[in-house]
Parts: sequence; structure tokens; C-alpha cells
Amino acid sequence: MTYSHSHLLGIEPLAPPDITAILDLADQYADLNRRDVKHSDALAGLTQINMFFENSTRTQASFELAGKRLGADVMSMAMQASSIKKGETLIDTALTLNAMHPDLLVVRHPHSGAVDLLSEKVNCAVLNAGDGRHEHPTQALLDALTIRRAKGRLHRLNIAICGDIAHSRVARSNIMLLGKMENRVRLIGPPTLMPSGIADFGVEVFEDMQEGLKDVDVVMMLRLQRERMDGGFIPSEREYYHRYGLDAEKLSHAKDDAIVMHPGPMNRGVEIDGELADDINRSVIQQQVEMGVAVRMAAMDLLARNLLARRQAQTGVMV
Amino acid sequence: MSILFTNARLIDPEAGTDSLGWLLIKDGVIAATGSETAMPKADEQVECAGACLAPGIVDIGVKVCEPGERHKESYKSAGLAAAAGGVTTMVTRPDTLPTIDTPEVLSFALRRANEAAPVNVLPMAALTKGREGLEMTEIGFLMDAGAVAFTDCDRVISNTKVFSRALTYARSLGALVIAHPQEPILSEGAAVTSGKFASLRGLPAVTAMAERMGLDRDIALLEMTGAAYHADQITTARALPALERAKRNGLNITAGTSIHHLTLNEMDVANYRTFFKVKPPLRAEDDRQAVIAALRDGTIDVISSMHTPQDEESKRLPYEEAASGAVALETLLPAALRLYHAEDLSLPQLFRAMALNPAKRLGLDAGRLCAGAPADLVLFNPDTPIVLDRFKLKSKSKNTPFDGARMQGKVLGTYVAGQPVFEAP
Repeated sequence: MTYSHSHLLGIEPLAPPDITAILDLADQYADLNRRDVKHSDALAGLTQINMFFENSTRTQASFELAGKRLGADVMSMAMQASSIKKGETLIDTALTLNAMHPDLLVVRHPHSGAVDLLSEKVNCAVLNAGDGRHEHPTQALLDALTIRRAKGRLHRLNIAICGDIAHSRVARSNIMLLGKMENRVRLIGPPTLMPSGIADFGVEVFEDMQEGLKDVDVVMMLRLQRERMDGGFIPSEREYYHRYGLDAEKLSHAKDDAIVMHPGPMNRGVEIDGELADDINRSVIQQQVEMGVAVRMAAMDLLARNLLARRQAQTGVMV
Repeated sequence: MSILFTNARLIDPEAGTDSLGWLLIKDGVIAATGSETAMPKADEQVECAGACLAPGIVDIGVKVCEPGERHKESYKSAGLAAAAGGVTTMVTRPDTLPTIDTPEVLSFALRRANEAAPVNVLPMAALTKGREGLEMTEIGFLMDAGAVAFTDCDRVISNTKVFSRALTYARSLGALVIAHPQEPILSEGAAVTSGKFASLRGLPAVTAMAERMGLDRDIALLEMTGAAYHADQITTARALPALERAKRNGLNITAGTSIHHLTLNEMDVANYRTFFKVKPPLRAEDDRQAVIAALRDGTIDVISSMHTPQDEESKRLPYEEAASGAVALETLLPAALRLYHAEDLSLPQLFRAMALNPAKRLGLDAGRLCAGAPADLVLFNPDTPIVLDRFKLKSKSKNTPFDGARMQGKVLGTYVAGQPVFEAP
């Protein structure tokens, strides 16, 4: 099975074999990452540029490490500090980039659809590292890999996604990925944090945490995105924690072997109990970070193979 | 000077008829129509070969970007586009730079229009200064200078006291007020309509209900003030019962809708195609169907192009940041003919909404095919297939959602006051 696309813009356009192709290769890279010599030359000679138009520490570090482990020349640009302040449009940025001949472009942008737009204008492979409230595909893939390794499969699981669904690109990508792989997805959260039209997503929606967590295999907590709250979605953090914060009592309604996930960074005591987050018997939050590097290595490797094959097919045309 | 159109399919929105016949124009007005074989003599004869002859389109709400942004659209380019699209009267918007809110600016715009545009141009003026919703404009002076209606365009006057006074003052002068029914806080920053599509794309959205809330408020103000009011665009099913009730209660209210809301829905935005970003945003298919039904039964009176030129720079942006609006003077007729070919509306019904009703609302004689009406006419073949190429549009801006679309309907000729202003090559 192979990955058939030239970019990784979201989960929506992917078919199950695309997802499996990335996860299978990521499994191998996860093993490589546990060795002493963690290096491959899959991307040797290629240039990877990370463009983050929005603050990020973890995702950017993960992409950087992934590129370096595969031997790429990696450059990271913090865009909010540079050209957009000077009024340069995204299209101008794309043209500037083209002149630098990148092979892989990793982009995070605060506006939904901005990465799609950029991908139409550059002649390299583009990876979406999060665009607005739209998608964050590598997060969904790393979550999938974590689940697959913990549960031994990625189908016919009951998976609850809890919290601020409305503002979360992680939730959207996960809903799509888990649905495509034939799992039952439940969304739990206050109705003010549910996106509109959610009933048509092929998911079950719960407003009560205990009810929603009943017999689930996986509990995915979302960060309460305080910076996105432009006013009055919830009355207070403490009421939110009381009703929707994950603690041992609420988790007791899930299956005994249910795992707990969180995309990070966590607000301890707001959406998740600190002790529970550290409980190595339940929490796989550290594994998620580990799988993040492996999944990004796999995605970039597959995209680079497609890119080189495409260039070979039109030799002399591409620069 | 007289012209006789023979063997024409006469589309008469007033009589509601669609029949073969002849039409004679003389000295800029329609002199006679008929279906008999004995025809009057004329200086010139146009053999229509069964093509449709209808009153020229009266388009309320055209944005011409003069003064201020002539690089987007000038009176000349908009006028040529209108002529090519069968639009014989452009009722222009005041949302220019600066706003058309004083008699001086209005006179400037009107002078430019008369110099450069081959079709009729009737300007609208802002209802409040700078469209800021704080102080009313000189409605009386502006009417004297030629303003046919008063509107703050897509800005809602959220200060109800200001709006009620402006409506009261407008009523005393018999001025028509055109408003954009929308709850301004709910719709702030919205790029699409709430629902599954908005959530999938992760775009800021406004509930369709915000239109009903805005309309409900405006209707209450009409009951208070008795002003003459036209809603620029009614685009949702939820707003229709309120509109229908207000009409039944005898309020002086009419409503329009845009050609884009009649022929496209929110799904057409697809992968963040910003040429489909209009204001209000495109709606669900159920809403589109409801609006078509409302046009059929007369609850909605007017179809407008809501022609809004935008340059490439303001559209080639992430969806949230991209400017709203689409050019439509040249695509209004072929797009409207989609409704005819889908058997949603007959040709007389379409021209009732595109010519007769807007003319009546503005107190014009146009929009009719009867003797004595101005000879503003469009001759078109409703069946000719076309593939739209946006770079062939006469507008300076090319932001049409119909680029590459297969459509049916071709304008063969456009006449203003009996003079040809466009003839198909």
C-alpha cells in the first residue's frame, strides 16, 4: 500500500489505504527512534522549510527533529515576526519560497484554508501543520498510531473526544480519520463548544461526561483553547473542570483498560486532572509525543518519494 | 427614427405572457406591439428569428467603484458590462471611496456616469454619513441631486434610534430606504453560513437566523414609522414568513435577492474558493429552494446582480481574509436562465423580478413592453450554450463564481431608449 497524494493538507481527502501506508511506515520509524543511532538518509539532500505563521513549540520541534533524523536540510521560519507584518500576502510568500527551491514545506497558519491556498502556488510537497480551525492531519495520524499500538487495532473502537470541539482542528481531523477507519466516535462537551451541524458528522454527541464515557476504549481530551475564546463560551474554569474535566471518577465509567490521550499542551486542573495525566497505566500522552516524530518522518518520507517520482517523470521540466 | 422587431418571442412581465409577435419602437419609446401578420412600416427592421425580446433589466445594487477605486470598475467598464448583459438601468450603490453621502459627490458620480456609461444610471445615496450609522445624510438635497434610494449597503445601522429617525425623515420625503437585514453582532466576522459545511471547513459562521432577526427588527421599525423599505437580499427560508406577514399587514415593504443566492449554495465554496464569498454568505440548498418559491409566489419581488467588483489581490487570500462580492452584470441573465431551464420560473416571472418590479419600486416607467414605455430592451436567445470565460468579461474585475461554467443564454442586442448599446459580434 502506498500514499497516493502529493501533499498532506488534511485527513478529508485521504482514503484508508493512504492512512495505513503512513502508519505502517511510522511504525518502522518509531522503532528506529528508539535505537542509539537514530538516523536515516531518506531525505538526504532535500530541503525542508517550516513556516509557522502561528506560535508553536511542540509541533515545530517535532517536524524539525523528524526532518533532521531523515537527513534533510531543515530551516524554520517564524513568520508572524517577519514578512506578514510588512503586508506581504501569502501568495507573495509562496513566490519567494519557490525561488529557494524547497522540497518539503511545513506550514501552520491561523486561517482555515490558508495551507490549501499556499499548496496551489508552490512547486513542492506541502504538509499542513494546522490551519485555523480546519485540520491538523499529523496530529490525527499520531493519535491513530498511538491508539493502534496501545489497542492492537484501529477499527471497531469506541472513542470519545471531549472538550472544545468547536475551536479544535485536532478534533476535526480526528473525527474524520477515526470515522474513515470505522470506529464509533462520540463527542462530549458543553453545547457552546460544539460546532454547528455536528449532528450530520456521523458521530454521537453527549453533553454529559459520565454518560458519554460509558464503555469507551479511548478518551481523547482537548485543550481548552483559552486564546480562541472571544467571549463567554463557558461560565468559569472551575465549573468547566467540575462538569467536563477528566478525573478518576469520570474515567471509571469508561472501560477498565481505556487509555487517556491529550494533544498537549495540557491545562492541568482545567480539562484534565494532573495525577491522571501522569498515570502511566492510563495515560499515553508521552507516547503521543513520541509517535509524533515517527508519523512526521513517515509522512515526509512518503511525500518526498512521490515528489521525486513526479520530477523524474517530467525530467528536465522541473527545476 | 423607428425600428420594427419582427418574429420576436415577446416576454411581457406585466401581462405575464410569452408569445410570438412584433414590436415597434419610435423616438425612444415603444409605439406598438402585436401578433397580426399586418405589420406597421418602420425605418429599420430587425428580424428576430424567434429570439426573446424582453424589457431591459433594472438592476438595483450595482457597485461601480467610482469615485475611489477605478482600477476595480469604472462607469465605462460597468456600463459596457451592463449593456453586454442586457442590463439597461444600473441602480448604483454609494459604498464607494469616499461614500456617496453628499449632493456634491453624487453629482460627480452622476456626471461621470452620463459621460461614460451607455446605459441608464440611477444613483443611490447613503442613508447615514460615511455609512457609519450615526447621522442621517441630507436626504432632501440628495433627492434633488438625483438619488433614487437611500442605503448603507451591507452595513446594518445597529443604533435603532438613528435608524428609526432616518426612516421617519425619509417617509416625510417619500424616499425609499434599502437595508441589509442582518443581526450585526451575530454576523460579525462570519465568512459562511453555520452548519456542517462551515464546521468541516473550520470557518467562522453566522446562523441563517441572523437574517430573520434583522428583518424582524426592521419590520417593527416600519410599523412605527411607515417608511418605504426594500430589503436588499432575503436569502433564507426562516426570514420568509416574517416578510410575507409584513406584506399582508400592508406595510410598504418589498424584498430582493441576489442571483448568486438563487443559483449557488454553500457547498459551491468547496475547497475555499473565494470567488464564491459573497455577503450574506451562500446558504444551504433548502434555503435556495425556499427563495425560488418565494420569487414564484411574489413574496420576494426583485432579483439583483449585487455586482461587486474585487481585484485579484483582495480575493487571493485565505477565505476569512478575502473580500466579499462577485461581478455579475454580464452573468445575471444566463444565470437567471438556469432557473428557467430548470422550470423553476417562467420567462415572464423572471423579467417581472429583474425588470418590472424593480422599475415599479423606483417609480420608473421601464420594465414593460406596452406602448408608451421607454424602449429599453434586451434581445436574447435563451438556449444558446456558452462556457463562461472570466477573462472575456467587460468588467475590469474578473471575480465571477461562474468561470468555466456551462450556461445557456446569449444576449444578441441591448437597446436603451431605442438606441442599440450592444450588439452580439
